[in-house]
Amino acid sequence: MTVSFLILAVLTVAGTAAAMGLRNAVHCVLALTMGFAGVAALYLQLGAQFVGLAQIMVYVGAVAILAVFAIMMTHSPESANSPVFSSQWSWGCIVAAAVFAVLARAICSSAASAHVQPPQPDATVQQIGDALMHRYVLPLEIMGLLLTAALIGAVVIAMDRREEMK
Amino acid sequence: MTQAIDQIFVLTKHWLVGLVPVGAQPLCSAILSVAAIIIVFATLFAITTWLERKGLGRMQNRYGPNRVGPFGLLQPIADGVKSLTKEDIVPITADHAVHFLAPVLLVAASLMGYAVLPIGRNMVLVNLNAGVLYFFAVGSLMELAVFMAGWSSRSKYSLLGAMRAIAQMISYEVPLVLASIVVIMQAGSLSTVSIVNMQATYSGIWPHWFVFTPWGFAGFVLFMVAATAESNRSPFDLPEGESEIIAGYYTEYSGFKFALFFLGEYIGMFATSGMAITLFLGGWSAPFSFSFLTWIPSYFWFFAKLLALIMVFIWIRGTLPRLRMDQLMNLAWEFILPMTLLNLLTAGIWHFMPAGSLRWLVCGSMVVVPCILLSSRMKHKKKLQVRIYHYSE
Amino acid sequence: MNSLQSYLLLSSLLFSIGLAGVLIRRNAILVLIGIELMLNAANINFIAFWRFGPAPSALTGVMFALFSISVAAAEAAVGLGIILAAYRHSRTTDLDQMNSLKG
Repeated sequence: MTVSFLILAVLTVAGTAAAMGLRNAVHCVLALTMGFAGVAALYLQLGAQFVGLAQIMVYVGAVAILAVFAIMMTHSPESANSPVFSSQWSWGCIVAAAVFAVLARAICSSAASAHVQPPQPDATVQQIGDALMHRYVLPLEIMGLLLTAALIGAVVIAMDRREEMK
Repeated sequence: MTQAIDQIFVLTKHWLVGLVPVGAQPLCSAILSVAAIIIVFATLFAITTWLERKGLGRMQNRYGPNRVGPFGLLQPIADGVKSLTKEDIVPITADHAVHFLAPVLLVAASLMGYAVLPIGRNMVLVNLNAGVLYFFAVGSLMELAVFMAGWSSRSKYSLLGAMRAIAQMISYEVPLVLASIVVIMQAGSLSTVSIVNMQATYSGIWPHWFVFTPWGFAGFVLFMVAATAESNRSPFDLPEGESEIIAGYYTEYSGFKFALFFLGEYIGMFATSGMAITLFLGGWSAPFSFSFLTWIPSYFWFFAKLLALIMVFIWIRGTLPRLRMDQLMNLAWEFILPMTLLNLLTAGIWHFMPAGSLRWLVCGSMVVVPCILLSSRMKHKKKLQVRIYHYSE
Repeated sequence: MNSLQSYLLLSSLLFSIGLAGVLIRRNAILVLIGIELMLNAANINFIAFWRFGPAPSALTGVMFALFSISVAAAEAAVGLGIILAAYRHSRTTDLDQMNSLKG
C-alpha cells in the first residue's frame, strides 16, 4: 500500500460518499465526477492505461454530463424543500454496512488475496486491439449491437410525443 | 551544428536536470517541461490576442489596437494588468466554491492536452501509448468546466450559454473523434509520437503527410470544422453570442477569472490545432525535403503551422456570420457525421487497394460525390418556409 | 496487508456506498448514479484481479472492464431516458411519490 494509493482511495471514497450524501443534486454529480476521476486514476496506477482513459471519457465526459442534463430537465422548485433521503433511510444504511462487513470479512480471510505482488504486466493499445479483434470479436460485435439498440431506445423513450398527440 | 540547434531545448533541459541530485531528477524534469509549455503557450496566447484584434480590425476597415507600444504590440500586457487590477465580483446568489473552481478546471483541462503533443523532434512531455485517447479524454473535462461556470452563476444567460455550449460540444466531439480515427487506422498507433514519425518520411521532396490523401484531406477539413465548434469559435460561437446572451457561460465572471476563461479557450484552441497538425499536417516535419532547409529546427515548423492555422481561425471569424442553433445541429448530424463515417470506409479502401491512379480516382470520388450530394440535400432543405416556433406559442 | 487486498477493500467500500445511495436516495437520477457506482466497484475488482492475477497477458480483466464500461454507458443513457419519460408522465423524480404502476 503506497502513499499514492492512499491519496487516490481517500479522494475516490470522499467523492462518492459526497455524491450519495449531499443535498443539492448538481453538487452530487460534481462530487461524483471527482469519484469517477479517482477510479480512473486507480486504473492508471494499476497499469491499465486504456481502461483509465476510457473511464474518464465515458464517465466524466458523457455519463456525468448526461446526469446533469437530466437533473436540469427534471428540476422542480417544490422539491427543493422536500427531504432528500427516503423514509426508511436507516434500514438502507444498515443493509449497506452489513454488505460491507460481509465483503470485508471475506476479503480479509480469503487465501486468494494473499498473493505476492507480481511484476507489472503491460497492456498496450496494440495488445488490447489484437484481443478485441481476435479472441473477443463476438462480444465486440454484440457490444456494437447493444450500443446501437440503446441509442435508438434512449431516443425513442425520451422523445417528446407532443406532436403525435396534437 | 544543425542537430544542436534542433535539439537545443532538449539538451538544455538535460543539462539543467543534471545539476540537481539524482533523487529529484524526474520531478525536476517534469516541472521544467511543464513550466516551458505553460510559458510558451501563454506567450502565444498574448501574441494571438494582438494578432486577432489587429487582423479583425483590418478585415473590418479599422486599425485595431494601436495606442500601447509600436503597432499596439504591448496591448496584451495592458490587458493583463487591467484584468488583474479589476474588482472580482461574484454574484451574491452564486455557488461560490463551484463558481471559483470552474475557470481553474477549464484552464487546467486545456493545458493538460499539451502533455502528448510533440512540439519538435524528441520534444514531447510524455509519449503515452494511448496519446490520442488521452487528448480527447482530457478535452471532455472542458465540458464539465463550462457547465460548472454556467450553473453556478445563477444567471439565466449563463445557464443558457452553458446549455448551448454543452449541446454543441457533445455533438461536435463525435465527428472530432471520428475524423481522427482515419489517421489512427492508417498509422496503426494511438501514440502521437509514432503518428508524427510515420509522416516525417519523404518520397522525392514530398512528405507523407496524411493530408495529402483524399481521406486525409477530408478528415482534416472535417476535423477543423469540428475543432472550431469545440473551441466555441465563430461561426459556431452561439454559446457566447454577445448579441444574444451577452457572453454566455462567463457572463457573471469579471477580472482575472474572466481572463482565465479567455486563456482557457485560446489554449484549448491551440491544443486542438496542435492535434490537427500532429494528426494530419505531419507535426514538426518540414514540408519539403530540400537539403538547404535542414538547418531549420523542427519546432519552428510546428509553430509555423500552428500560426497558420490560427490565422485561418481569425480569417473565418472575420468572414462568416454566426449560425442558428438548428443550422448548427443539422450541420453536425446531417453533414459532418455521415461524411466522417464514409471517410472511415474510404480510408479502409485506400489501405487495401494497390498504389496508383486508380486508388486516387476511387477514393477521391468517394470523398467528393457524397460531399456534393449531402450539401445539395442540405441546400435543398433550406428553401424559405414558415418556421414553427415550438416553445413560444 | 498487501496490495490486492487494499484494492478489494476499496472496491467493496465503493460498492457499499453505491448500495446505500440506491437504498436511501429519493431522487431517481441519483439512484441510477448509485448503480453506476456499484458497476465501477466491480470494474476496480476486474482490473485489480487482472493486475495481481496469475495470467495478466490474457487481458481478461481489461476486456471485462472495457465491456462493462460500455454496458454502463448504454445503461445510463436508457435509464435516464426512462427517468425523463417517467418525469413527463408524473411530473416528479421522487421515488417515494412514484408509487403507482397504472397510468
